[in-house]
Amino acid sequence: MKRYLKRGFLKAGSWADEVFGPTLNPLSQLGALGFFFYWIVAASGIYLYIVFDTSVVGVYESIEYLTHDQWYLGGIMRSFHRYASDAMVLFMSLHILHEYSFDRYKGARAFSWFTGVPVLWLLYAAGISGYWLVWDELAQYIAIGTAEWLDWLPFFGEPVARNFLTPDAMDDRFFSLLIFMHIFLPLFLLFVLWLHITRISKPKINPPRILAFGMMAMMFVLSLVYPAISHDAADLAMVPGELRIDWFYLIIYPMLDKVPAGFMWALAIGGSIGLVGMALDPRFRRPGVAEVNLESCNGCERCMNDCPYAAISMERRTDGQPFAREPVVNASNCVGCGICVGACPTSMPFRTAAPLIPGIDLADRKLADLRGEIDALAAGEPPQVIAFNCQYNKSFASGVPDGVSLVSLPCIGMLPPPFIDYVLSRGKAKGVFLAGCGTSDCENRLGAQWSADRLARKRDPYLRARVPEERLEAFWPGSADPGGVRSALEGFTSRISAMPDLQQHKRDLKMGVRLPQDEAAEEVTP
Amino acid sequence: MTRKIIGQGLFYILIAVALGYLSASPTWTHLPEDQAVIKISFSHGAERKIPCHKRTREELMALAPNMRNPVSCTRERLPVYVEINIDGDTIIAEGLPPMGLAKDGQSKIYRRIAVAPGAHRLEIGIRDTDRASGFDYELRKTVDLVSRQNLIVDFEGDKGIFLQNERMAP
Ligand code: HEM
Ligand code: SF4
Ligand code: SF4
Repeated sequence: MKRYLKRGFLKAGSWADEVFGPTLNPLSQLGALGFFFYWIVAASGIYLYIVFDTSVVGVYESIEYLTHDQWYLGGIMRSFHRYASDAMVLFMSLHILHEYSFDRYKGARAFSWFTGVPVLWLLYAAGISGYWLVWDELAQYIAIGTAEWLDWLPFFGEPVARNFLTPDAMDDRFFSLLIFMHIFLPLFLLFVLWLHITRISKPKINPPRILAFGMMAMMFVLSLVYPAISHDAADLAMVPGELRIDWFYLIIYPMLDKVPAGFMWALAIGGSIGLVGMALDPRFRRPGVAEVNLESCNGCERCMNDCPYAAISMERRTDGQPFAREPVVNASNCVGCGICVGACPTSMPFRTAAPLIPGIDLADRKLADLRGEIDALAAGEPPQVIAFNCQYNKSFASGVPDGVSLVSLPCIGMLPPPFIDYVLSRGKAKGVFLAGCGTSDCENRLGAQWSADRLARKRDPYLRARVPEERLEAFWPGSADPGGVRSALEGFTSRISAMPDLQQHKRDLKMGVRLPQDEAAEEVTP
Repeated sequence: MTRKIIGQGLFYILIAVALGYLSASPTWTHLPEDQAVIKISFSHGAERKIPCHKRTREELMALAPNMRNPVSCTRERLPVYVEINIDGDTIIAEGLPPMGLAKDGQSKIYRRIAVAPGAHRLEIGIRDTDRASGFDYELRKTVDLVSRQNLIVDFEGDKGIFLQNERMAP
């Protein structure tokens, strides 16, 4: 099921990549869209609060006034408030399924998953309290349904539902409490949402402007074409009949009509415990985390800047070296992606005489072993192409094209750009191929993005200028058809095979202009 | 380029349709037009299971001086027995147990009975003492319900059994 879901997301994602472009792809920023709609709900809510009558007898009429007489402003605000709330549920649901299908909820990532559970409860409670405030027949249905549901719990002496027996039972005091809840719950939701992303560096909480604009335009048209309206005013002397249910928020009420209240409690509480339990999978093996080697580190902070999970902080230097700060890894946040290793300027493979000890290294995947693996592959007849593959890209599980040697990495972002230079300039292979898991859906959030930026020489550490472009190809499978990476590698390999051999390549390099910084870079000592 | 525009347009339309449709449809019928509801709801504490009795002098002297309460009561209450007949059919006939671990609390009931609109003969009896038969409170009445009316059968010790939402506002 998870597999099919993931495949569905990949398919939809590659379609969206095509029509929106990778930066605007809505499916790679579902959480950000959730936040975006939160702000729309908040802004439209403030307007509604200012203009509506907060007494039980006045509220219905005042909302009717907004909806019909002031349709051009109050009505649109109301529709924005409703549809943006619905959009939060919609995008949140997709967001949960997405994180679930990509297995991003265990180990260091579990924190976001756990905090997501109260987010669910708060969002629902906030939405339901909103529908309650309208005090129409639907609100009455919700009021009684909620009360009956609560009454199943053994906490209340007098049944709560007895508050909704007769028309005069609903008083202003109770109504003020509701209004307070409807303001307090969303504020508390915002606080928990903030918690939700505290363990993520550079969280995407704002969609790109064009996408935001598109969503606003969509909401505007929807609000004009199909404005939000009320039912008839509440009348507790009558039982509501046919209701236009908002299935995003109110699905529990029709369910309560059909199943016993106790069953619904079991479902809600059991479901929440189940969600928490999922992230506590005992079979989940935490990957080896990053470890700092202070003797090599110069305190440049690049590892901290590139870590996607806020697992590195810079602290006061402790080893007496003349640098102000040193990185410290918080192991419980670290997912072992190695992106920090790829970012470290001391991840230099060239000095083969000394052992390779970078400033930061993965416990399970030492950079020295990575270099050793490359050297071993090239020991006899060097391969045509060395392909560095993200471990999440399964396209090569059944083997690779002839002439290709595969090196698997926890994340493509772990590969320090000098290693590409090393492979080509030292004749370890004639070409280098990088296969990531997709720019828009990187398993480690930022690995593919940083990697692409480093190759494009837009992010430190840059790929050196002397690396011949035609001998390097990067492919991000998630962003196009997932199977395409095989044919891309085949095509690349046949092109590389036709290129001059390694000696010739080296001679070409010698004859080419060597930039002074190239020389300098090669001399860099940790 | 046109592919992109059409694709994006389709995406927004899909979202808009999902939001618009599911925010109000399909409709849900909580109570069909051709029904009305009689809701019986009250909470009431029945008599003590063993009536309180005034301690005799001898009894009092047998107790420690700080325990010499002149009245002795066990806290446990009797169940409240309710019986509801609608048009001659017995719909509810049960003893409602008192709440609380010591069984000293109120007995509660909150029950919905769906009926067809029109005239109905209600016969309601409640017993909150240990009498073997008959009722301590009774109400017999014919009500005429309109469709979706929410008739409440309520009860308080000093008011007896009474109906609410009986007469609909014109
Ligand atoms: C309206 C509600 C929610 C909003 C606005 C929201 C927003 C976000 C945002 C902005 C991120 C960071 C995404 C990134 O930059 O990579 C995130 C991550 C995450 N969210 Fe949510 N979220 C919501 C509800 C939930 C719920 C209910 C769950 C699960 C029960 C959940 C599970 C996660 C997980 C596991 C991550 C971490 C992903 C990773 O580590 O790669 N979220 N969320
Ligand atoms: S491996 Fe490095 S970049 Fe990845 S989470 Fe751990 S500290 Fe951060
Ligand atoms: S990137 Fe490397 S050198 Fe820079 S602070 Fe991190 S470990 Fe030290």
